[in-house]
Amino acid sequence: MILATNLGFILLSLGALLTLARLIQGPSLADRVVATDLLLTLLVMGIAVLSARTGQGTYLIVMVVVAMVGFFGTSMVARFIERRGA
Amino acid sequence: MSVTEVIAAVLIVAGCALGLLGGLGIYRLPDVFGRMHAATKPPTLGLVLVAIGAILRVNALSGATLLVLVILLQFLTAPVGAHMVARSAYESGDQLDDQTVIDELSQADPPEMYP
Repeated sequence: MILATNLGFILLSLGALLTLARLIQGPSLADRVVATDLLLTLLVMGIAVLSARTGQGTYLIVMVVVAMVGFFGTSMVARFIERRGA
Repeated sequence: MSVTEVIAAVLIVAGCALGLLGGLGIYRLPDVFGRMHAATKPPTLGLVLVAIGAILRVNALSGATLLVLVILLQFLTAPVGAHMVARSAYESGDQLDDQTVIDELSQADPPEMYP
């Protein structure tokens, strides 16, 4: 289980690194919003992997909160883009 | 290692590989709409796989309940959020790439903006 979660953390870190590159260089604001949303999803997956590694459910409520914050932030910025343009 | 641990390990590695696939897609694809496609679907499936793997490992019932709640939340919110971002990006003038061939929104009536 330690080996599998280590491998999972490595894969998630590589994905987050690529997402971070898109977040920095993304030409439009919508690119950055999508990249931020994906980054939060990867964070939720990382918390799930951590709880599977330790076998304790201590951090699981953080998962729910991060998932909800990701959705609310995405929809707020989407409305902002639609009103402001670009 | 017991059987459930092996199953959980396989599910976790597969889900994290799908997360990496989402990152790869968002980095490589040419326009916003393709990136959104890559950033929404594979990580959702990956999150489901990782959460099932974590359910097999966390033995408290409350933990399993929270993981099921996260799965439901992701299934409800990921399409809605992607739809809102796609619509606002389209209307604010993000251009489609040459390789993106299907553009059904261009044949629709001009959309009405939010009040």
